Amino acid sequence: MSPTNRLLQGQGSTVVETGAPEVLEKGYIGQSIPRREDKRLVQGLGTFFDDVRRHGMGYVHFVRSPYAHAKIVSIDVARALELDGVYGTITGDEVAIHTDPFFEMSVEPGGNIKDYALAVGRVRHMGEPVAAVCAATRELARDAADLVEVEYDPLPVLVDAEESLKDETILHDDAGSNTVWSGVFDWGDVDQALADADHVVKIEKLHFHRFSSTPLECAGALVEYDKGTDEWTLHCNHQMPGVGAIWMAPALRTGIDKLRFVTQDIGGGFGNKICLHPQYVVLCLLARKLGRPVQWTEWRTDQHTANAHGNERTFLDVEVGVMADGTMTGFKVRALDDCGAFPRYEPLGCIIWAQVTPGLYGWRSIRVDFTQVCTNKSPVSPNRGYSRMQHLWLTERIIDIVATELDLDPVEIRKKNYVKAEQMPYETPNGCVYDSGDYAAALDIALDLIDHGSIEERRKEAASRGKLLGFGIGSTLDSGTNNFGQSTLLNPDLQFSGNNEAASVKLDIFGEVVVTLGTVPQGQGHETTSAQVVADILGCPPDQVNVRRGHDTWFNSHAGFSGTYASQFAFTGLGAVKGAAELLRTEMVQLAAAVLQAPEEAIELADGFARIKDGPEEAALPFMALGAIVNANNAFLPPDFNPTLNHRYVCRPYFGMVDTEKKTGQLTLTYATQIHAAVVEIDPETGVVDLVDYAAVDDCGVRINPMIVEGQVHGATAHAIGAALSEEFVYDEEGTLLTSNFYDYHVPHALDMPPLKTGAMESPSPVAPLGAKGMGEGGGGGIHCICAAIQDALASAGKAIVYTSCNPPHRVWSMLQDPEATRANVSVTSK
Amino acid sequence: MSAAPAASRAISLEVNGEAIEYEVHARRLLVHFIRDDLGLTGTHVGCDTGNCGACTIHLEGDSVKSCMLLAVQADGARILTVEGLAGDGELTTLQSAFNEHHALQCGYCTPGMLMSAAALLEQNPHPTEDEVRVALQGNICRCTGYVNIIEAVVAVGEGRGDEPN
Repeated sequence: MSPTNRLLQGQGSTVVETGAPEVLEKGYIGQSIPRREDKRLVQGLGTFFDDVRRHGMGYVHFVRSPYAHAKIVSIDVARALELDGVYGTITGDEVAIHTDPFFEMSVEPGGNIKDYALAVGRVRHMGEPVAAVCAATRELARDAADLVEVEYDPLPVLVDAEESLKDETILHDDAGSNTVWSGVFDWGDVDQALADADHVVKIEKLHFHRFSSTPLECAGALVEYDKGTDEWTLHCNHQMPGVGAIWMAPALRTGIDKLRFVTQDIGGGFGNKICLHPQYVVLCLLARKLGRPVQWTEWRTDQHTANAHGNERTFLDVEVGVMADGTMTGFKVRALDDCGAFPRYEPLGCIIWAQVTPGLYGWRSIRVDFTQVCTNKSPVSPNRGYSRMQHLWLTERIIDIVATELDLDPVEIRKKNYVKAEQMPYETPNGCVYDSGDYAAALDIALDLIDHGSIEERRKEAASRGKLLGFGIGSTLDSGTNNFGQSTLLNPDLQFSGNNEAASVKLDIFGEVVVTLGTVPQGQGHETTSAQVVADILGCPPDQVNVRRGHDTWFNSHAGFSGTYASQFAFTGLGAVKGAAELLRTEMVQLAAAVLQAPEEAIELADGFARIKDGPEEAALPFMALGAIVNANNAFLPPDFNPTLNHRYVCRPYFGMVDTEKKTGQLTLTYATQIHAAVVEIDPETGVVDLVDYAAVDDCGVRINPMIVEGQVHGATAHAIGAALSEEFVYDEEGTLLTSNFYDYHVPHALDMPPLKTGAMESPSPVAPLGAKGMGEGGGGGIHCICAAIQDALASAGKAIVYTSCNPPHRVWSMLQDPEATRANVSVTSK
Repeated sequence: MSAAPAASRAISLEVNGEAIEYEVHARRLLVHFIRDDLGLTGTHVGCDTGNCGACTIHLEGDSVKSCMLLAVQADGARILTVEGLAGDGELTTLQSAFNEHHALQCGYCTPGMLMSAAALLEQNPHPTEDEVRVALQGNICRCTGYVNIIEAVVAVGEGRGDEPN
């Protein structure tokens, strides 16, 4: 694609369009239509899972381990059961009898791990559920849980991945090792690339810390069991029910058809609501055992302690080859990922990063020796930017550390090494295809927004006030629409590949257009954007399109990988909506042609009518007439014409197969670009980092609703700012989480957020149905640019190297006090 | 429902203009009384420590976090929840501004944000951006980065709440 850059001014943000977007002719697509979801939500009339009530329901509270690692000697629920109003309990022993361990995705040794819904015989992280109590009220369930007596025999605790790797203490005896998965990814010829380089920069250790997006609504569900049909209904906030059912049904020894997932409004997900199957299985067992609906709402402290953390990753022995002119030849690294006590969604994180192997850069030789281990910390779960964010942080750190050490300009080294617009579509060394984009142009927009030209002047001015000013860039890709076949690069026996999402669109009796989604929105505005797409295809106003809220397995509008995750709604979700709407459109045209006695080519759908183009006014059928004919008044239709006006479509993108020998293939289909730029001021007395200027530029191809896209950019930026400056799950040596609530785990508040400047480009995806790329995750751009800006600010105060992704004041202060300690981490060998 | 261990107490209060008499568990938090006993589920719970503000309501005209009070402490009080903001489905200017300015995504923090912002606008009809940030510092949003929330509240103060961004 040759970009024809066109600068557009819109809504206070800078917009550049590259190439002509292939959107539908007229349109609601591309308009910032206010969201239809909002009307109920601003009145407090949304329906979240905790709002659902059933007669006779019991409230569930989990009894959780206070130890990070211990043998369970005994559990006694007698005193809890004696309490009036307690309906019943369940313990790990019962779980072990009535269920099978969850399916594990890894090869040995991780594949041998036995993970049950409750701890069986041993606890492996603080907060791990060992029993559950169900009672008449929330308060009573909590009281009764306190009466459950559990005797523990503490075991040695592992909180450090490098210690864990030594296998001196083993967490899972069935596995016989703490290693879940390990493997080497080797593309190009990295030894040659390093040998050819003029400089080799070595970095001993970089650490990407543990945090999570902490959605404001905690996890939970109301579960009903129907004894007559042996079916469960889960009113829940699982964001990936398709895969949740794959875990749950075999564990419960039932069929997937026996599990009905219903979601309505969900209070944020960010990936943290993907691994809810252990708790949900406990609820299913309790609902069956007690013969009543059971409800569980996770407490905030429990969510922080024992639900879903993001992957923590340590990068060791990084070596980067750099030519005299700043061209990078390749790099190698040992990556050590800490997945906490149980793998669950892992080891997928051991491959997901490979979607963005070279970052935005032209490196052709890369070797990553990847190992994932268990520790006595909370299990991880996908978290906004899942696994790619960690790897992109590494690539951005490499760029800025090389720039610092070789005295290169961070802007110039990026522009020199970025994949160029004229190289698009670009195949990476591991066979992924970057579909479109112009990274250098996006960087220029970001630089303009923060007035890069004035940085040195502002640096001087800040210095006059005793402040250290720094500037940094974070360039990332948000890779969207996963190929689940990448899992076979970890375990060739897995029977997953490709991807799919479903939607149905029908025309009802009175002309109502009804859309049902397989996706599971948690704030992304799917009802609004789906209506925009359908309205354009059917020729009616969006207001005439009813998009049903949430997901319901019984709607039959879902597919195996249904859910909202991995930046794919714009591709698969809207692709399915588009496909179903087009099938409906075809039938509506056929029907109108039959009724109006005209050729199909003469029929147009517009303004809520099917009519003969340029025909007389009466040669027009309102949608209501079409709906009524097929659904209620169809005797005259010829027998060989049987329109249903009800269409289900599955969007199944083509990926091809991956090469498990070379570890190559199309791991994902679209690549949205984010370029973030930050200007920080550091107070050398306190180490406090103040964000004084910030810009985020996003290029996700065609924007179906630019307002919603910008909202996602804002949100992803806030997550990254929080992670970069304060959010961290900190453990002590006994495995106790020290940041288990919003006091100790500080997420950005209104006062913490800098004014954000945003810019946008549109490089339409040549592969996506609407030219639109998934973009909701962002790439953690804020973490990268803030790390870079801090390093830049510290350049004049000892030239410390930023080696961790989280830099709260005490850490910055330490870098100011002892910059050499960080510099010892880095060395340069030059020819 | 079976008896809970705690004693109960009769309270009377006014909720969204309606007089309510209720025999409430003495230990019940006000937020759980509003949600579970009165069925007004627009008021949300996002934490257990009083940090997040999703449960913000008006008590005697002041914005308070309803998870930080027992229901019995509201005896005799006048309470407004998010359900009481709009009369008969007519959105207030503030609610419309949240829609027009895309000030919400998942909508979970929204009721608390609206209640805090409404209390601010009551006391200070034309707040500056900084004043809005201070007034909303007790409300956590994990979706929006606050950008459009702040913009929406400022816009209401400037008399352009119902205009698009």
